[in-house]
This record gives sequence, structure tokens and C-alpha cells, in this order.
Amino acid sequence: MSAAAPPPLAARRGQPWWAAYWNLLSARMKEMFREREVIFWIFVFPLLLAVGLGVAFRKPRQATSKVAVVSGPGAAQVLRALGEAGGAKVAVKSEGQAQAMAGLQSGNLDLVVIPPAKPGDAIRYFSDPERPETWLARERVQHLLQTKAGRRDVIPVRDLRVKGVGSRYIDFLIPGLLGMNLMNSGMWGVGFAIVEMRQRKLLKRFAATPMRRSDFLLSLVSSRLILMVIDIALLLGCGVLVFHIQVRGSLWTIALAGMLGAFTFAGLGLLTASRAQKIESVSGLINTVMMPMWIFSGVFFSYQRFPAVFLPLIRLLPLTALNDLLRAVILQGAPLSAQLGRIAVMLGWSAVTFLLALRWFRWR
Amino acid sequence: MSSAISCRGLRKVYPGGLEAVRGLDLEIAAGDCFGLLGPNGAGKTTTIEILEGLLAPTAGEVSIFGRNWRQHASEIRQWLGVSLQETRLSEQLTVRETLALFASFYRFPRDLDEVLNSLQLQEKRDTLLGKLSGGQRQRVAVATALVAAPRILFLDEPTTGLDPQSRRQLWQVIREFQQQGGTVLLTTHYLDEAERLADRIAIMDLGRIIAQGTPQQLIDSLHGEHVIEFTVAGQPSGTVDWLSIAGVNRAQQREGNVQLHAAAPHQVLPELLRVLERAGGRLERLSTRQATLEDVFVQLTGRRLHEEGQDEGGPHGDGQEERIEEAAS
Repeated sequence: MSAAAPPPLAARRGQPWWAAYWNLLSARMKEMFREREVIFWIFVFPLLLAVGLGVAFRKPRQATSKVAVVSGPGAAQVLRALGEAGGAKVAVKSEGQAQAMAGLQSGNLDLVVIPPAKPGDAIRYFSDPERPETWLARERVQHLLQTKAGRRDVIPVRDLRVKGVGSRYIDFLIPGLLGMNLMNSGMWGVGFAIVEMRQRKLLKRFAATPMRRSDFLLSLVSSRLILMVIDIALLLGCGVLVFHIQVRGSLWTIALAGMLGAFTFAGLGLLTASRAQKIESVSGLINTVMMPMWIFSGVFFSYQRFPAVFLPLIRLLPLTALNDLLRAVILQGAPLSAQLGRIAVMLGWSAVTFLLALRWFRWR
Repeated sequence: MSSAISCRGLRKVYPGGLEAVRGLDLEIAAGDCFGLLGPNGAGKTTTIEILEGLLAPTAGEVSIFGRNWRQHASEIRQWLGVSLQETRLSEQLTVRETLALFASFYRFPRDLDEVLNSLQLQEKRDTLLGKLSGGQRQRVAVATALVAAPRILFLDEPTTGLDPQSRRQLWQVIREFQQQGGTVLLTTHYLDEAERLADRIAIMDLGRIIAQGTPQQLIDSLHGEHVIEFTVAGQPSGTVDWLSIAGVNRAQQREGNVQLHAAAPHQVLPELLRVLERAGGRLERLSTRQATLEDVFVQLTGRRLHEEGQDEGGPHGDGQEERIEEAAS
């Protein structure tokens, strides 16, 4: 035992303690930025999505209700009444019944009006209960025709409006996309990368060196945090410049929220990848984990639309917590201290996923 | 001489029940190049991965320079340079970046340029790995092991799939490492590689070491280091008792093809020709050559190390074979 002691190295100065971490991180970043597809999926795709959806939903889709009056005996009178009073709210035209009904069914028209054949008969409205904009058209036309015929409102009314900062669809969308992007890039960037390295036997090769396991995992998580900063800057920058979103929270608070999100999904990605041997199997796993959150976590539409019994469960999903947190911080300027519940959900996920991942992780 | 690697009673049973290593004792002296030989599935890779500390043995003791994996893992890892089978390093990193990454894991790595030079990779230092040829990548893999400034170099099939020139370059690198006092453990299924590089060889089959020694000792164990191979036509030669020829130690016959082992072929050949003439056989082809490890392997296992077509483009004993074409009447 004593005869085979190592040569006296202690006198020499070794490498600094951060050398391995720093090299792993810079290798990871170089690999990523040299892969063109990665650049597209991480940076270009979310921007395209934001701009595309933002342009499509910039204004309420049905500013003007499109109404057809079926030609017939009373049509001229109804057309005149709507044409005079309708203004920008109602666009009206005269059509044959078959053509008008087809227009309604295909979504090109919001309402079909069949005028009374003789005075005293009912006006018939055709709307589509599946499409809320047709109810609006019905209410508008109904109001115009009834007041024209002499109906008076009996209760005096004053309309007051909230001017829409933070309430447009794009305001809702951008933080949601940011959250989704942090999830996507965390799951793929950590989960996929690890399994790919395992499949290439690179993890095993690393395990044969004195590399500290913590340096390796830390470098992966750090690379996510760096990308997170770029992600936030791009998406928020796009939102502010193109869609004039007002960012109410401080950038520091937003960055902290984003960091928490990146960290949470790095943990989830790590757990997903802890044992998988093949990239095909981890791809399936990652999609299975992310799918419910795409639907339930309020990326594209509010999760309040789901039945109330599910809401407590939905709020426990990490992406729901992240999206809610980002919206509160970005749109309302809420301080983190007012978001402790959501922060706790994310920290809980991080703790559980990291612990399990470290326990199950396979280097070969 | 002190021992670099020693293991006793090594066994490995995989969870599926496969017993890959069945009781293995090894003693590798510091400064030696030790070759672990055997066909695919013999348990070479399992053995080497246990020695490298990547796999836990089911039973047995491993000691590396007197330390064991259970208590001194981080210390031992500083001493080992490893090249695994089938590792695919990142294609998006350059040669130098890859070496810098691996060097950063060690307390006292070697100078990168020195390693690049010794592996003749200096010209390619800024080339992405994805743009290198197979031989160059293999050299980078060995470079990642050498950059550790290791005391022991583990090479698992380092030259598989390489062209002859790249193989020779790698052999040169391994010799240089050994000349500087390093210990090498090499697995290969190329026997000529083992014969040229290894000071000692262990032949593995089915999880056991079936022979161990210097290449010369192993060949000598055949009791006759020359092989006479010939083909007989015209007469059912099965009736000839080849061992009756003075000087023949072993004989193998498959239909018309005969293989004789002898210490002194020049004494055997005249008698062989007389015997054949008496039996009325016609010699179609005859060659003599030095016995090789392949012959040792065939004798020990009854199989050839390389099945037909398996080692395409692989090396063959260059120039050792001298043919005597005979047209016997």
C-alpha cells in the first residue's frame, strides 16, 4: 500500500476549482450556438409565434357585426333602419335566404335577419349559439330595430370604460409564451441533451474522469439560466417594441421570476432524462409531461375556462404557477412578496424533481 | 516490481442473470503494457470497466496502485486516462476545446499543445470534431485520455475500424507513453496488435482468463512455433497418421486441409513429402509460417478469433507468411 504512493504533486499548483464548471458551461454554450436548428427553436420560433398570434388577435376580431337581411317584402325597411343607425357596428347587406344561411354556417356572417312578411309578424334572427360574436350581432340588431320602432330604455345608464393597458390579448399572450418557452427550452435543453450524451456514451466517459458530478449538473442548469435571460429580453423586447406592451414590474423582478421558471423546468427536464437510454424514448416522455401544461396552464387562453373543480389542480402545475407569476409581475407590477403561493409551487417542484433526479440519475 | 493494477476473484453478474466475468485474477505491473484479448462477448469490456471504476463488481477485489475504488475513488480517477469503446465526443467542439474540457477535470493535466503534437493533431486543433475522419477522431479520443497525464492508460479497442497507417500512429503513441513510465491496459481483438504492443497478454473467453503470459510464452505453449499448412488431393488422406512423422507435435485435419505444428519445419518437410508419396496423395498447396496468437487462441477455444468476414480490412500478419508452392507428382 505504501510503496505505490502517487508522485509528489502536492507542491505544484493545481487548476482553480471552477475550471471544470467553467469549461463545461462554455462547451455547452458553444455546442448550442453552433447548432443552427437550436437557434431557430429557442429564439426565432417563439418570436414568430408571438408576432403571428399578436397580429392575428391584435383587435377584437369582430369589431363590426356582419349581418344579412334576407330579401323579401319587409327587407327594404329593415335595411334602411340598420343602415341609418348601424354606423360602424353593423355592416348590413341583402341576400337570398339560402346564400345567407350558408354564410352564417361558414362563419362569414354573424347574423341572418328574416324580416316580417306583413306588419305584426315576428322578425326572425338566425344566430349560432357556438359563436359568441353572433350573440353580439343579435343584441346589436335587436337594439337598433327596437329603438327605431320606438322602444325607450327605462333606467338611465352611463357607460364607463377601462382603457385597455394590460388587458388586450397580446398582453395576455406574451407572458404566456415566455412561460411556455422557458418550459420548452428547459425540458429539451436539459432532458434531451442529457439523454443524447448518454446515448453517445459521453456521460460514461465523463464518469471515468474526476469531474465532479455537481459541476456537470450545475453547468447544465446555468446554461438554461443564461438562455432564459436572452429569451426574456427577446420576447419582452418584441412585445414592447411591436405591440407596445407596458411592462410594469422591474426587470430585476421579472428576471428573478424567469430564473425560478428556468430552474424549475431544468429540474423537470433532469428528472425526465434521469434514466432514459434513447432519445426517442425521452422525446415521448418530454411531450407527455409538457402536453397537459400546454392545454391547462393558460398559455394561449385563460385556464379559468375549465370547470372550477379542476382549478386547484391546474394551479399546482408548474407552468400555471410560472405563467401566473409572470403575468402578475410583468403586467401588474406585483412584487414577488405578493406571489408566495406561486413561488412555493415552483420551489416545491424544483426540490422534488432535483432530489429524485439525483437519486435516479444514470451515468451509463 | 510494484503492481499498478491487481484484482482477485472478480465476478460480475448483470441484473438479467448474465455472468459476464466469472472469477478473474489479474496482476499488471507498473510500466507494463498489458493486452486483454478475446472475442466479442468474452467479458473484456466488463472487466476493464470494473477496473476503471465505472461498474461495481458482484464479487472480488480491485486495487489500483494499492488503493481501492470504495474508499479512494476520487484519488484513483486522477491517475487514470480512459478511452472507452464507442464514445462519440461532441461534434460541435473543436479538437482543442474538447481537450481543454477534459483537461479541466484533472488537477494536474498535461499541456494541451504537447498532447496535440504527440498525436499529430496540431494542424486540426481548430477543426470541429464533426469534420474529422474516423482515424482522427479516434486519436482525439486517445488524446482526451492522455491529457489527464495519467499513470495508467486504459484503451478499449483503440484501433477498431482504423486504417493501417492510423493504427501504426496510435501504436507509436502508446509506446511513447509507456517509455515515459506509464502503464497501459489495452483490449483488442486484433492479435497482431497485442503481439506487437503488449509485454504481457491475457486471453479471455466466456468471462474467464484461459491463458496468460508474454506473447512468446503463449506461442511456445503450442509446443512448436511453426505451422505447416497444406492441401492434399487425389487420395483420401484421412488414413495418414501425421503424428507418425518425426518432429510433428500436433496435427489438425479438415477434409483435404491439414495443419501440422512443429518446432523445426526443415526436418519435417522431407519426411512429409515421402509419406505423401507413399500414400499416393498429390500436394496442391503448401505453406509454412510462424505460429501466432491466433493459433494459440484456436487451440485454447477451438474457435477462430475472427469469424469469416468479420474483420474486413483488418490487419493480417504482414510478411510473416512464406509460401512454398509445390507441384508434387
